Amino acid sequence: MHDMSAHAVHHGAPTSFIRKHIFSLDHKVIGKQYYALALVAVIVGMVLSWLMRLHLGFANFAIPGLHLLSKNGAPGDIMTPEYYLQLMTMHGTIMVFFVLTTAPFAAFGNFFLPIQTGAEDMPFPHFNMMSFWVTFTGFVILMASFFVSDGPTLGGWTQYAPLSAVGAVSGPGQGTGVVLWAFSIAFFCVGQLFGSLNFITTTLDMRCKGMSLMRLPLSAWAWFITSIMGLTAFAVLMPAVILLILDHIAGTSFFVASNLVINDSLLPHSGGSTLLWQHLFWFFGHPEVYIAIIPGMGIVSHILITNMRRPMLSHRVLIYSMGALAVLSYMVYGHHMFVSGMNPISSLAFSFPTLIITIPSTIVVLIWLGSLYGSKLRINSASLFALGFISMFISGGISGFFLAQPSIDILLHATYFVVGHFHLVMAVAAIFGIFGGTYFWFPKMTGRMMNESLGQLHFWLTFVGAYCIFMPFHYLGIAGNVRRYQAFVDDYLIPLIPVHKFITVAALATGAVQLIFIYNLIYSRFWGAPAPDNPWQGTSLEWSTATPPPHNNFGDKMPVVYHDPYQYSVEGASSDFIMQTSPEPVHSADEEK
Amino acid sequence: MSQADLSIHGQVSRTAATEVMAAPAFSIPAKKMAMWLFIIADTATFAGCLVAYGFIRNGTPDWPRPFHSITNVAIMTFVLLTSSLTMLMGIRSAQKGEKSGAFRCVMFTALLGAVFALLHIREWLELIDKGVTIFHNPFGTPLFGAAFFSVTGLHLLHVTGGVIALVAVGIRYMGGRYTADDLEVTGLYWHFVDLVWMFVVPLIYLLNMSH
Repeated sequence: MHDMSAHAVHHGAPTSFIRKHIFSLDHKVIGKQYYALALVAVIVGMVLSWLMRLHLGFANFAIPGLHLLSKNGAPGDIMTPEYYLQLMTMHGTIMVFFVLTTAPFAAFGNFFLPIQTGAEDMPFPHFNMMSFWVTFTGFVILMASFFVSDGPTLGGWTQYAPLSAVGAVSGPGQGTGVVLWAFSIAFFCVGQLFGSLNFITTTLDMRCKGMSLMRLPLSAWAWFITSIMGLTAFAVLMPAVILLILDHIAGTSFFVASNLVINDSLLPHSGGSTLLWQHLFWFFGHPEVYIAIIPGMGIVSHILITNMRRPMLSHRVLIYSMGALAVLSYMVYGHHMFVSGMNPISSLAFSFPTLIITIPSTIVVLIWLGSLYGSKLRINSASLFALGFISMFISGGISGFFLAQPSIDILLHATYFVVGHFHLVMAVAAIFGIFGGTYFWFPKMTGRMMNESLGQLHFWLTFVGAYCIFMPFHYLGIAGNVRRYQAFVDDYLIPLIPVHKFITVAALATGAVQLIFIYNLIYSRFWGAPAPDNPWQGTSLEWSTATPPPHNNFGDKMPVVYHDPYQYSVEGASSDFIMQTSPEPVHSADEEK
Repeated sequence: MSQADLSIHGQVSRTAATEVMAAPAFSIPAKKMAMWLFIIADTATFAGCLVAYGFIRNGTPDWPRPFHSITNVAIMTFVLLTSSLTMLMGIRSAQKGEKSGAFRCVMFTALLGAVFALLHIREWLELIDKGVTIFHNPFGTPLFGAAFFSVTGLHLLHVTGGVIALVAVGIRYMGGRYTADDLEVTGLYWHFVDLVWMFVVPLIYLLNMSH
């Protein structure tokens, strides 16, 4: 019966350039394509944040050449208020969808999930190829909105109705810009569906002999849990953006209430609900933040275990906690809507699970800290970024306790406090996970080692820089600084301008530091030292195959697994680690079955 | 299955007769699993649409109830339910190896699906004739037409896709490229489309019936 699942993936090594590098069916090439897409996207997103920070820190600062990007948006190189919002919207959309979802989940997951499960490839390689190219098309459509007449949408990445649904009357970019945005997201949703189908079937049906579910490494578990969330979350966002498109091009009024006057004109729409959009969007939006962070949790755990040379305090509890996060993430979405005019009882109902979700988060953190306590951690770029991930996750997570309560959130909502919170807990933390994964797996992906000193320099500068940028945000928020303002002219905001200047300088510097990473990436890709098969003395399956892995991942022989994924420092063993494929017996209480 | 028949290098040969993969979880092979997963995702999509419809309907004080007779929708439901039965018969025959019988059943299922789509389109045209469009209708709030056409339209899209899939899979099954298992996977989809209709009928038709 189960040879059926295996035969679906037999495809010979490609010979033509197009099949090999462009429309590749190989999950490893597709993983690298996703990584490259995320790299381009993160550079665009970071440059946008630079432009925004320059405008915020130094009012009416002329940014040389900005008029080339948009004549209307930056006459005389000075950003208009609308253009500031347009850049902010694009920054958020690009980062959330095309970086934080794409890199840790789609890129690393595509490359390593089949290898860690012991599969030759994913069960549906054509779907996998389509998933990348559909996502890529979504990115191109989003980028295209920079070049349409009045530029990209200015509604923020959450695209709140009714201003997102009424067309150009609500501002530049709100006509064509929103339609392009919505199409881009719809494409992205389709790509995620194809990807999730492959990830889940790979995990459930493509494991090699001996690989029980509990023998999967934590990173594989994280991708598996994330793909289950991706399957249902994006499936709800999809109809939401299609209804938004209908409101634009078919004259419906799903998200627009009656008798709305915007910019002095009475709109023809009637009957819809602005709150409906928020419900549909956040039902996707909250799982989405866990889609961004859970792969990072898995990657960080995998890196730390290898570098601590011992397993986590509990493999199972860590998996169950990530699963609990995934389930709870669907029940807490209303905490984004405490000030939306929703019934206060609903706020209470959403506040409760939001406080509950801190329990599995805390368990995960305590397992990491407890496992690290007393371990002889090998310090390298990957393990440093893993520690940085934990630091960011804790710092950002603590402010979550406050925001979870409606009474406090009413004060802090839509201030820089929230901006600081989510940047630390999901954005910077997830980025640290991506960096850690890159330093850890780069040798396997490319066959070459990255420069270790540059990596550690990159870590320390980024770590300090990220805190310099995002910690002051909390202070600004408590001082009442509302987010999405493009200038600070009110009496109570003027004293805060020096803080904004500091953040701007920190952001420019931290951004510039990333050039070290880019240099390291490119230099090592072509001229780095050749990587051995198992540079970190790891135990999971990716380290038992060649570097870089052959087309069918394991060459002529399929692997057979005998052990839990993390057999380090086993008493009486011949070396300090026993690979999953090693038939050497292990006599310890931890070994399953 | 004992570890002794495996080579000592922690690997098995690809060509060896021994099984090289662990048993699939839940004993569901990948293709069928993927269909189940697609159905889960599609359920979320339909649920999103139906919840949106309910949200708007509850928020509108005088929601129109323009339907007077259940004859048409009852016939459509009967046709679609029957098609699920013929699909089951087709899969049963295929599993017994009765190829042409299975093929006939699948084609009959596709035919019933097409009849359903035609009846549905006829109903659409009647409503459009009465002035019901996606952004306007004579009964009251314009959202009635928007909700009606988008929910039934999404379902009709699924039926149309299903008819095409049934014909394509049926022909390839007859030609020997597809097996009874592939028919079964297509059948899963078809039953799902049928099941969704059983939610659409009460929520879109029966609730909007005037007495």
